[in-house]
Amino acid sequence: MEKHTLSVLVENSPGVLTRVAGLFARRGFNIDSLAVGRTDRADVSRMTIVVEGDKPLIEQVTKQLHKLIDVIKISNITEDEYVDRELVMIKVTAEPGQRVEILHIAGIFRARAVDLGSKTMTFECTGTGGKINAFEESLRPYGIKELVRTGKIAMLRGSKFVALSPAQARDAESA
Amino acid sequence: MEITVAEALVECLERENVEIIFGYPGGAVLPLYDALYHSTRIKHVLVRHEQGAVHAADGYARVTGRVGVCIGTSGPGATNLVTGIANAYMDSVPMVIFTGQVPTIQIGTDAFQEVDITGITLPITKHNYLLKDPAKLSMVIKNAFHIAATGRPGPVLIDIPKDVAQARISFKYPSTVKLRGYKPTYKGHPSKITEIAKLFGKAKRPVIYAGGGVIASNGSEELLKLAEAISAPVTNTFMGLAGFPGDHPLFLGMLGLHGTRYANLAITECDLLIGIGARFDDRVVMNINSFAPHATVIHIDIDPAEIGKVITTNVPLVGDVKLILKELLPLIEKVDRSEWLERIKSLKEQYPLSYNRDSSLKPQFIVEQLWNHTKGEAIIVTDVGQHQMWVAQYYHFKKPRTLVSSGGLGCMGFGLPAAVGAALGAPGRKVILVTGDGSIQMTIQELATMMEQCLSVKIILFNNSALGMVRQLQEYYCEGRHMATNFQFHPDFEMIARAYGIPAYTFRTEEDVVKGLPEVLDSPGPAFVNCIVPPGENVLPMVPAGRGINESVAC
Repeated sequence: MEKHTLSVLVENSPGVLTRVAGLFARRGFNIDSLAVGRTDRADVSRMTIVVEGDKPLIEQVTKQLHKLIDVIKISNITEDEYVDRELVMIKVTAEPGQRVEILHIAGIFRARAVDLGSKTMTFECTGTGGKINAFEESLRPYGIKELVRTGKIAMLRGSKFVALSPAQARDAESA
Repeated sequence: MEITVAEALVECLERENVEIIFGYPGGAVLPLYDALYHSTRIKHVLVRHEQGAVHAADGYARVTGRVGVCIGTSGPGATNLVTGIANAYMDSVPMVIFTGQVPTIQIGTDAFQEVDITGITLPITKHNYLLKDPAKLSMVIKNAFHIAATGRPGPVLIDIPKDVAQARISFKYPSTVKLRGYKPTYKGHPSKITEIAKLFGKAKRPVIYAGGGVIASNGSEELLKLAEAISAPVTNTFMGLAGFPGDHPLFLGMLGLHGTRYANLAITECDLLIGIGARFDDRVVMNINSFAPHATVIHIDIDPAEIGKVITTNVPLVGDVKLILKELLPLIEKVDRSEWLERIKSLKEQYPLSYNRDSSLKPQFIVEQLWNHTKGEAIIVTDVGQHQMWVAQYYHFKKPRTLVSSGGLGCMGFGLPAAVGAALGAPGRKVILVTGDGSIQMTIQELATMMEQCLSVKIILFNNSALGMVRQLQEYYCEGRHMATNFQFHPDFEMIARAYGIPAYTFRTEEDVVKGLPEVLDSPGPAFVNCIVPPGENVLPMVPAGRGINESVAC
């Protein structure tokens, strides 16, 4: 089963996430990750959805998504060159004597310490899913207290982009 | 000039040329009903249960081809609409549903008669709206009617909190819709159209498999022309019935689970399958591996998501059936297919639809008599179950929009309210409801609506004192253990009908039908005919579960 990355532009309207998530649930499609936030336009959000499945399934996912009125544009960018990132925050057990060692590990992954407790340290780290996984595994022996990941966001490389067409940009109105 | 949202809503409906609304009032829709009170152009039909309202709007939409409109209050009013919304969604019926909602400030507090109806109907509407901003009313309604009626039609729900309905706005109705995420494809891709025309030329054994999309696009005439032009036999899905003349020599009847054996065998033998406005539903395809195994598959549909969903398609073509067929017709070259048509003829002779006549009154006989007396000119509304399949098999529909029935959802209780809607949508035409004693008891309260509206619906009840279709399934799949399918108590349906002021009759023999039916059908006013039919009769042929479409059994 291949993983596909869909870049989806949706109306920034209440319930749009429920519509998309509900569609995946009721049609039995598995979401690997879903990241959503507004774009440079206040009325449009972008969802980066990672789905696992074969070609016919991904085609069906795309077509079903298109049927949602609030979905404006879908691009399967898997086959294209793209940059993808994920952000993770990890709170790890760190006795005062372990801090230097842990900071050293963090340095390897270019993670930054963002908080310090009497017995914990919190790091942020960005990168591809693989790098984040490796960072997580490196910290696991110290005891991970809490971990939060954003899910993948992605963007096409070079001058290609996934954006509204001029006509779509004009039709700004939506209920 | 400022008016209330409720008043603006009525104004919007008038602009959309809505002539009739089916509904049931309640606390949260008080403002809407108060506004309707002042409308001179919109007729409100008071039903006896919200399910009746939504099914009636459905029946109205199916016979007229227009958007059906219904309204219910918040909470239970809204949840009572749910079955009917699902029904309209499954059968792609254009509909706009209004529900009242508790005041904005109370939303999310589990207030009295509060339900999250937009949440509940998310999977069963084409789109829905919770109207929070009074200023957006006109645009939402404009969008809703547009979405409901265009592309693949479907129901759109608008939930309106009570305080929003009371808010004052300056009214302006938009002339255009702006929906950047919704642009249905109507025109078929020219190169695909040429490709398809070429395939017609090459095929030796083509079959057209036509569904409800033909009727939805008003493409019946073009379908007939296509079938005649390429000399291809036509089979209909249940939803497609009435989209092709039932008495035409090229007609194969319905296919699938209870389809004719000759339709099913034609599918099996064909080398080109032309799916038009149909969705390869499981009741049609049965076992996917033995469905049209030798065929190149063409699939024409307005909904891209239907193409490739169930079976692999060789030539997909997205667009409006009528438009596509119109473009296809001039490209067709006449091919001699007498050999294939001979084969079809012999299949028809070899495996005709048949049932055993005996001293009892067989339901199939009644349907045949209904056909004899109406010749396909009536609007036939059915409920769900065995009677529905017998109508599909033995009534030869002639014109589109003369069959009103719940296909995809298979919703018992649909018939009576849908007949009410159909009769209101087609004044002056004969509306016949064929129903069962199981189905009609689910929505029998709508007899009151029917009488209140002075509708001359002829109700033909197939009374076998059982839930026949489920009983039949138990015969085949539960070794005849009839669990909960034989009614131990049956009401006197004649007395029920009379209690509503409806002339009632009971037919027990073929002779009763032959003598009594013409009078029932030809006399003015409503009628209720209680036909006592044998409980053991099965719908045949049928394809046993798991088997291929070519393996239907006749006993």
